[in-house]
Amino acid sequence: MNKITNHQLYRLIAAHFAEIIREPSVIFWGVVFPILMAWGLGIAFTQKGGVTAKLAIVKMIDRKDQNHETKLISLLTASSVRKDSSYSVVLKNEKLGDANLTFIETSWSNSYTLLKKGKVSVIIEDRATETRYHFDPANAEAKAAYALASGFAAGGFSSYGNNQSEIEPFTLSGTRYIDFLIPGLLAMGIMMACCWGISYTIIDRRSKKLLRRMVATPMKKSNFLLALITARFTMNVAEALLLFLFAWLYFGTKVQGSWPALIVLFIAGNIAFSGISILISSHTANPEVGNGLINAIVTPMMVVSGVFFSYHNFPEWALPVIQYLPLTMITDSFRSIFNEGAGLLDVWREALVLTTIGAVSFVIGMKLFKWY
Amino acid sequence: MIPQRMTDFEYIVEVRQVRKSFKEVRAVKGVSLMIRPGEFLALLGPNGAGKTTLVEMIEGIQHPDEGEIYIAGKQWKNHQHELHQMIGLSLQETRFMDKLTAYETMRLFASFYKLNAPRVDEVFQLIGLEEKKKAYVDNLSGGQRQRLALGVALLNKPKILLLDEPTTGLDPNARREIWNILLDLKREHNTSLILTSHYMEEAEYLCDRIVIMDQGNILGEGTLQEILALGGGHRSLDELFISLTGRHLYE
Ligand SMILES: Nc1ncnc2c1ncn2[C@@H]1O[C@H](COP(=O)(O)OP(=O)(O)OP(=O)(O)O)[C@@H](O)[C@H]1O
Ligand SMILES: [Mg+2]
Repeated sequence: MNKITNHQLYRLIAAHFAEIIREPSVIFWGVVFPILMAWGLGIAFTQKGGVTAKLAIVKMIDRKDQNHETKLISLLTASSVRKDSSYSVVLKNEKLGDANLTFIETSWSNSYTLLKKGKVSVIIEDRATETRYHFDPANAEAKAAYALASGFAAGGFSSYGNNQSEIEPFTLSGTRYIDFLIPGLLAMGIMMACCWGISYTIIDRRSKKLLRRMVATPMKKSNFLLALITARFTMNVAEALLLFLFAWLYFGTKVQGSWPALIVLFIAGNIAFSGISILISSHTANPEVGNGLINAIVTPMMVVSGVFFSYHNFPEWALPVIQYLPLTMITDSFRSIFNEGAGLLDVWREALVLTTIGAVSFVIGMKLFKWY
Repeated sequence: MIPQRMTDFEYIVEVRQVRKSFKEVRAVKGVSLMIRPGEFLALLGPNGAGKTTLVEMIEGIQHPDEGEIYIAGKQWKNHQHELHQMIGLSLQETRFMDKLTAYETMRLFASFYKLNAPRVDEVFQLIGLEEKKKAYVDNLSGGQRQRLALGVALLNKPKILLLDEPTTGLDPNARREIWNILLDLKREHNTSLILTSHYMEEAEYLCDRIVIMDQGNILGEGTLQEILALGGGHRSLDELFISLTGRHLYE
């Protein structure tokens, strides 16, 4: 009779947990998606700095010129690999990464078609006496292509240099983009999992009249919420561990600071967003309204809290607000623990503020909470 | 007209002059009802008559704006825990958790009453859903879900059952099976029942007394014969309803 498996808290946690793990989309969005994102973004921004540039080249022959030679094309014919009408040039550089230039020889009108389709960024007008470059100076990619191509035209293969002694590539750990990204993804995972996993579940249950049915029994209301939060938290731990494991094995991500600090902050972050989730879901029984509410909370934070790129690009006046958003506090503290070696003493204030945000939201949420 | 409140529970449920409005909609306009232990009562009436609102007030889910409700002499305000133990209910529409099995759903609700697996097995047998124990709620048919909801209502062997349209959408055989389950409960446990329905034959077959509601009021109550005799002899409830309101009971 007193077996733990008969206890309502046990049954509630088991039920919520079963519901999470039996929903394939939950596993996808919670586990697979963050890993894919880390992998994709990590690869895209962490590769050795190789460059590829594609340029259109148009041969302009002056009528009086007898031998039909133009400047750049003669150089390319002599020194590059030619395939059909395109020439490839590889400028080797160990420190900067190789620069791969492709010159596509074409007509004047076709060169503009290629430009509009984004297949080339620069059009080169090549004559026997001079070479002209047409491109948009506001386009950084085109500017880089111009610099490389004009350098090659003037100085050949040595123009890009090799193994320059004045260049010192970063070797410090914690300075790559992936090191910036992983703490952000971990923080975002907490927010997403709580807001969708707790808020949406509550609103959905309310709309299906299941909350109403449950509180028409001797079930303790606190047990219901405790179970929902516990199941979600357990799942969040698993999701975070899997993401970290992937980052550690694949990118060699390391925690330079203190693990206890990381754990305290992880818990504080979960408390903050669990409280916020209860508050969001306290009143509405309409899943569409709920959807809007959750998006209204989650999307701005995802954009401004510096998960993917630094929020220091935002205007000065916005920074004080941004810095105290819960997601920003988690992201910043995670980053300082991962990359700057921070310990408990460096992040206890954030942990305290996050816990307070969670507790206050929870209390207000409970005051407003509609079970029926 | 309304008898004095008894302390020895001549009435297991007493509803006295209860009113309930939602903004400008007056859903229940001063209704009184008395139900004896072991009595089966049917609430009949068109959509929006106020049946669900009335039943949910008795269940303690909604709170009357005015009037009093006593269950076994107790009010919801101070006796939630005891009253929850005493009643069993099914709402007009509840979706249980999609990804739980029927068995897990029943175990979950059983745990609220501190009941264990043997009682859950007993209830599955009672409602004849044993072969669907392992099926996800998601995959149950509408009728099977209603049986599950009935099973959940019966878990704690309630003294009072409140069922809001428990057989709507069921096939005639399934409906008759549920009627027989309910009649057995009455015979063996002296259970009281308040049931809302749109089926006259259900009210006639199951219930000792029929209450007809319309627009938040009780139009008439009694046995089927008594009700038909109201206003001088009608052949059907529909005919009676037309003579009382000028409208069909169900269009
Ligand atoms: N939560 C609510 N908010 C606003 N109006 C409500 C609410 N619940 C019920 N009503 C209104 O109260 C009236 C009575 O509704 P109720 O659900 O009690 O009818 P019912 O007799 O159960 O009808 P049905 O046969 O369709 O189930 C209806 O006009 C309905 O629109
Ligand atoms: Mg109803």
